[in-house]
Amino acid sequence: MFVDGILCVIMFLAVQAGQRAIFEETRLKFADFVCFEAIIPEFKAIDRNGVIAELVSALANAGRLGSADWREILKAVIEREEEASTGMGKGVAVPHVKHNAVTDVVATVGLSATGIDFSALDKQLVYSVILLISPVDNPDKHLQVMESIFKHLQKDKFRKFLRQSQTAEQIEDLLREADEEPSL
Amino acid sequence: MQTEENTSEGVVCETVVEIKNADGLHMRPAMQFVDAASQFDCDVTVSNAENSVDGKSIMQMSMLAATCGTTLTIKAEGVDAQQAIDTLRQLVEVKMFDEPPPKPK
Repeated sequence: MFVDGILCVIMFLAVQAGQRAIFEETRLKFADFVCFEAIIPEFKAIDRNGVIAELVSALANAGRLGSADWREILKAVIEREEEASTGMGKGVAVPHVKHNAVTDVVATVGLSATGIDFSALDKQLVYSVILLISPVDNPDKHLQVMESIFKHLQKDKFRKFLRQSQTAEQIEDLLREADEEPSL
Repeated sequence: MQTEENTSEGVVCETVVEIKNADGLHMRPAMQFVDAASQFDCDVTVSNAENSVDGKSIMQMSMLAATCGTTLTIKAEGVDAQQAIDTLRQLVEVKMFDEPPPKPK
């Protein structure tokens, strides 16, 4: 009976660990949707539309926008941005659009040391921009990615480390580390 | 389903709503929610199975990222809690953030 009890405890712990593993597996990581080759450590542009153009063009150059004309996608992102600013405050903006150029969610990140006017909700400049392009017919995936992005963006430390990054490699390292260490 | 109780700070009202628009609580509806909640003086908290967030914070509401069919608990605490709950329920379940419901399969 004592052995049965031990076995029950072991099985319970194994199931718990398995469930935790499954949960961690299903949480989307930056590595699942960020195109690291398209990261821009310092924008050349100093205006909102210019930085969005750099990000969309970077994704196109990395081959992530299929055969679509990246200028069409750029126009769609800007139209969305005009409807309501994605500058959520605290120096970050998440311009995005749903477009049939992509079959899965793709994102990239760019930084500005001097700050960009995104007409943000807190009226402050934006220093970190995450561009997101989602497929038209998968709203749940778009939401999963949003959940993942915002869980990290809420953390002061994460935003600070992102803003302090100087190179594409440092940004990639930060994102990968955040994937492994959610408390970052 | 709604519950209500009185405290020294005012009223606490709570309700459970279901996200009914096809695209769920993406950024635009989240902003509408925050705009609506911010009209009221009361505190507004929104919870799903895992998290409780400030209903007046766009960053936190965007993190909920609730899909169509998800239920959320909205709690309002303050003098105008009842009006806040009524307005927010209207927005989520009746107006559906002015977005379409899912297409029938």
